[in-house]
Amino acid sequence: MFLGRVVGCVWSTVKARDLEGQRLLIVQPLTPEMEKTGKRIVCTDATGAGAGELVYWCRGREASFPFLPKEVPTDGTIVGIVDSIELNRT
Amino acid sequence: MILARVVGTVVATRKDPRLEGKKLLIIKPVSPEGKDEAGYVVAVDTVSAGFKEKVLAVSGSSARMAEGCKDCPVDTAIIGIVDDVRLDDV
Repeated sequence: MFLGRVVGCVWSTVKARDLEGQRLLIVQPLTPEMEKTGKRIVCTDATGAGAGELVYWCRGREASFPFLPKEVPTDGTIVGIVDSIELNRT
Repeated sequence: MILARVVGTVVATRKDPRLEGKKLLIIKPVSPEGKDEAGYVVAVDTVSAGFKEKVLAVSGSSARMAEGCKDCPVDTAIIGIVDDVRLDDV
């Protein structure tokens, strides 16, 4: 799983049937130091995250598991909203 | 999932039988602002997308969860046509 920030959202009318009702959010992946890393991606949302929120998201086939038994065709899903991070760099 | 733009089609006569009847499109990843990014992907179209349309594409094993792609040798599928993208000021 990776850290990221919600930076936008996507509207789509014509989409896969199982994607109906899913929110599509644009996530900017972040390092634990809150630096941007990598390209922004579109994620489905299993938590109700909002704009600007720090989240963690998972990718791959596992991204569709929060929506079981519905088989949502997604390869990125926000699975948690981050409250705080503690980093111990030695 | 990534945002992409349809830039072409692929025609293949000899192919895996499970791919028969599927529309293959060449898509180019774009940023949320709509700028082209590097690389191309061949994707199976499940939403009848057209030339130049901005689409949502899912990759990896999740692509097999798109409609009609169950157990097909597919690793990228177009699963939505993008109406609008909104970026928040964060």
